[in-house]
Amino acid sequence: MSTLLEVSGVTVSFDGFRAINNLTFAIGPAELRAIIGPNGAGKSTFMDIVTGKTRPDSGSVSFGEKPVSLLRMSEAQIARAGVGRKFQRPTVFEDQTVSENLTLALKAGRSPWAVLGWSKTGVDDERILALAVQVGLGDSLGRKAGILSHGQKQWLEIAMLLAQEPRLLLVDEPAAGMTLAEREKTTELLVEIAKTRAVVVVEHDMEFVRRLDCRVTVLHEGAVLAEGSLDHVTKNQAVIDVYLGRG
Amino acid sequence: MRAILQPRHRSALVFLAGLALFTLCVTVAAHFGLVSTSFVKTLGKTLCLCLAALAMDLIWGYAGILSLGHMAFFALGGYMIGMWLMYARTEEIVIASLLNGGLPATPEEISQGIATQIFGVVGASDLPAIWGFAHSLPLQLTLVVALPGLLALVFGWLAFRSRVTGVYLSILTQAMTLALALYLFQNDSGLRGNNGLSGLQNLPGVTAGQDTVSVWFFWASALALALAYVALHSIVSGKFGSVIRAIRDDEARVRFLGYSVESYKLFAFTLTAVICALAGALYYPQAGIVNPAELAPIASIYLAVWAAIGGRGRLYGAVIGAAVVSLLSSWFTGGRVPSIPLGFATINWVDWWQVLLGLTFVLVTLFAPKGIGGLFDRLAGVHAPDRKGAPLGPDDGSLQEKEAQE
Repeated sequence: MSTLLEVSGVTVSFDGFRAINNLTFAIGPAELRAIIGPNGAGKSTFMDIVTGKTRPDSGSVSFGEKPVSLLRMSEAQIARAGVGRKFQRPTVFEDQTVSENLTLALKAGRSPWAVLGWSKTGVDDERILALAVQVGLGDSLGRKAGILSHGQKQWLEIAMLLAQEPRLLLVDEPAAGMTLAEREKTTELLVEIAKTRAVVVVEHDMEFVRRLDCRVTVLHEGAVLAEGSLDHVTKNQAVIDVYLGRG
Repeated sequence: MRAILQPRHRSALVFLAGLALFTLCVTVAAHFGLVSTSFVKTLGKTLCLCLAALAMDLIWGYAGILSLGHMAFFALGGYMIGMWLMYARTEEIVIASLLNGGLPATPEEISQGIATQIFGVVGASDLPAIWGFAHSLPLQLTLVVALPGLLALVFGWLAFRSRVTGVYLSILTQAMTLALALYLFQNDSGLRGNNGLSGLQNLPGVTAGQDTVSVWFFWASALALALAYVALHSIVSGKFGSVIRAIRDDEARVRFLGYSVESYKLFAFTLTAVICALAGALYYPQAGIVNPAELAPIASIYLAVWAAIGGRGRLYGAVIGAAVVSLLSSWFTGGRVPSIPLGFATINWVDWWQVLLGLTFVLVTLFAPKGIGGLFDRLAGVHAPDRKGAPLGPDDGSLQEKEAQE
């Protein structure tokens, strides 16, 4: 199977503390993957490395069919190469409307000159409406993002990620703070998205991971502890000891 | 035509109409001698300050970069146009006086005469190398844009590339304008030290009186303000404005959307520096003199105060703030406002005006963060319900927030 993202032998230390320790990870072009692990296991640091926010001390991160190293690229360049990231807290631009938020994310030229010369076409309008409808915000296009509910903001952010048309999506705890109905909808959405692109979901909630029904990678102390189906990893004695046994 | 009449362009149309009406009234009043020449100049200068405030609003109100050094670009623009004005004017005088000698003057005599005339005051008699373009209006006009633009580009590139933000960037811009001012204060800086450039109100080759010239400059200032307003309005009401507002609110998030935040900041910084320089190039011929004190950090702080009092994040707010505060300032400091005797002390407005301004700034920041511009929202009745999406009333059947907004 071909791989879209390949992380190998990556190590990061903060003030002597090894947040990521010789981590190796790979994901295919249309795959859903859940990453679980206790607090401090290095889940967020892993995302920071892939998106360019943190530079690793050693190791390599390559992306795409003709692999390019992400380590020399800035955050913006990595995003343009096709890596989208959703933060744990919903981070939408609250002072702007849903439509403006989606317009910002829409795949188009990103340089100042390109943006100055950009004007919205009918195709863009349709695309924005379709994305908003997909996440249940079809009738909220003109509303400011700041007045949306927590769950709606999460979805708006997911819609913004889709508008970017990334090839790899990194999603940090999408279900945090959602009601049961909202979680189910989010699950469906993620499974649907993963049919055409790679999706990595970092999640605490086991029930949510179970519903995603995908391969699971367990992180512990900055390294991969186990990998496989959820049933497989939950039977693993090491996993039970460090993570599941506690709860 | 229909595109121009969209609701989002309404404020710009109202602004342009107001500016046109104002220009017409002042022109008519000046024509019939109802207002003094010096007052026309004050109004023309105020329009230039409004133009600088417009730039300040773009960089601070929209892009969130509190630059406290933009008046440096304003003054540099003034210096650049001032060099030509002073050179050409002195050339006329020198040629005329040499003609009195009977023999036609040689080019060496003329350039020596100009240098002595301009630099005698700082004890020099040679024209410094930086005056090399001063003989040519087109070259010097190019420098009005190019020099401040290049300075902003280099300064901004260094600062934004290192991801200096917030208060540290503000301090850095203060340091820039202070350093420039201190440099220009030196007699051997080549720009006449603390004397600055003077006599700029005299246009070379123009025989019309100051009463006419002041109206010309008033028109030019109004035109520049109108053009800049239209240009900036079209920038901020489109996707570019959306991007820079997003950078103001959460620049890390904008990076993850694939936008190079640094290039946008650099673009906005340089564009506003150029606008300030143009404003300065129109301001100083009306003021008549430009000296290094104009680059003092306090000048740039005033610019920020105008934008804050007028209302950040809306272009007309900055213009209103600059106009109101600077006109009030010249009224209070003009010495014509009666002092208030309190018995134990007397409030002399020339001294107390700054206290009043400072107090106003604090009050506006605390109680009216949207500034004077926010009052227009209130008058127009566009205060959006802020109930975080909750229903407006207790019943399910009552008016919902969404309906109230429509």
